[in-house]
Amino acid sequence: MIDHFARALTQWPLFMTGLLNTIWLCASTAVVSLILAMFLAIPLMSHSLAVRTVARLFVDSVRSVPFLLLAFMAYYCLPAVGVKLSSWTAALITLLVYNTAYFAEILRGAWSHLPPQQEEGGRAFGFTGVRLLLYIIGPQLFIAAGPVLGNQLIQVIKDSAFLMVITIPELTFKANQIQSILFVPFETFIIAGCLYWMLCNSVEWLVRRLELVAQTRRAR
Amino acid sequence: MQVRGLVKSFGALRVLDDVSLTVDAGETVCILGPSGSGKSTLLRCINLLETPQSGEIYLRGERVGFREEGPNGQVRMSEREMAHIRTRIGMVFQQFNLWPHLTALGNITVTPIRILKRPKHEVEAEALALLEKVGLVDKRNEYPIRLSGGQQQRVAIARALAMRPEVLLFDEPTSSLDPELVGEVLSVIRGLADEGRTMAVVTHELAFAREAADHVVFMDAGKVVETGLPDEFFGSPKTSRARQFLERYR
Repeated sequence: MIDHFARALTQWPLFMTGLLNTIWLCASTAVVSLILAMFLAIPLMSHSLAVRTVARLFVDSVRSVPFLLLAFMAYYCLPAVGVKLSSWTAALITLLVYNTAYFAEILRGAWSHLPPQQEEGGRAFGFTGVRLLLYIIGPQLFIAAGPVLGNQLIQVIKDSAFLMVITIPELTFKANQIQSILFVPFETFIIAGCLYWMLCNSVEWLVRRLELVAQTRRAR
Repeated sequence: MQVRGLVKSFGALRVLDDVSLTVDAGETVCILGPSGSGKSTLLRCINLLETPQSGEIYLRGERVGFREEGPNGQVRMSEREMAHIRTRIGMVFQQFNLWPHLTALGNITVTPIRILKRPKHEVEAEALALLEKVGLVDKRNEYPIRLSGGQQQRVAIARALAMRPEVLLFDEPTSSLDPELVGEVLSVIRGLADEGRTMAVVTHELAFAREAADHVVFMDAGKVVETGLPDEFFGSPKTSRARQFLERYR
């Protein structure tokens, strides 16, 4: 068994390629989706029922479709209606759409618990629109929702493994490739599992560190 | 600053009923009255946080909240225009409403830097001077959660002053403070009154009103019942409602 591990590990460049692909896919998803989610949270909190309903319909529809199915839709269905995407583009779009909906819902939850005096305080000092969001409301939402956003980020990492089915060479894809070359599936997948474990725990650790900072910056 | 014939109803409840008020430049006006008499709503209307059904508000002779357009029409100002007016009015809230994600210094500097677009180094120097003035310069890097209520309210006053406002509005600034913390906040406000700032202070602190106010306005049930000089009002109130109110608080 030890020598099986040793054999699997001879393919470490493939593991690393997969790991790096997983990391950059998830990291760019986290950054871009969080920004998009901030703006999607606005219509979710709108006073207008029509605006709120449209936003809610989008968020709820995306959240009630399995991630894998959404990836299939982007990769197989969009070309059928004339939109041809590379597998990478399809993968990124799937990750972004799916997680923007989740992050937006998390931020909306935090927003609905934000004391209305905070927004009003901002308005009383002349903040409106984007600047109200950027300097007064947004930071408080991220501080309040930090741990929940962290959990969702870990979910992003795990979901990204599904992207192997649309030929994205991320970590699970690469592990599968290695085991099919070397015929040591058990050891290969254990190694891949450990890499996921380390990645997710690093995120967890980072979130906990940020949480310590966040605690001093909350109202209570 | 002048308010003329302000009317504000929430549903069937008439919270402000034809309220008029003048605060001359350099003057401190204390607004007194029982809870629910419309004092806070009046300040919120002046700061354009509430839209009155009718009435006019003037800041340095300039109509705010509405623009006169056409022969008989008046149009509510846009959000942007109202935001600009609000930067000219400093507001201090009952619940302080400091922004918890910013330090004491950050709370004071964020608006001048981001909204008034003034240079950062200049704003920070001024903010430190303001913190000095409210006696909290050593707390400049603390977040609000680490400050007592009295300290938070003093930071909130410094935050309002940093806007270089034309008028300062105080909405029951000491009502949510522990009794032993009231004094430190009142002495700061008193200092501002003595400097000749233009201020409207809604308060239940009658002793403070008597000492600091140039004029006293007494409100009850959405109406201005009595106005006068503090000594006249507290010494010999003209209306029975004011007499009752003062007796209850003595």
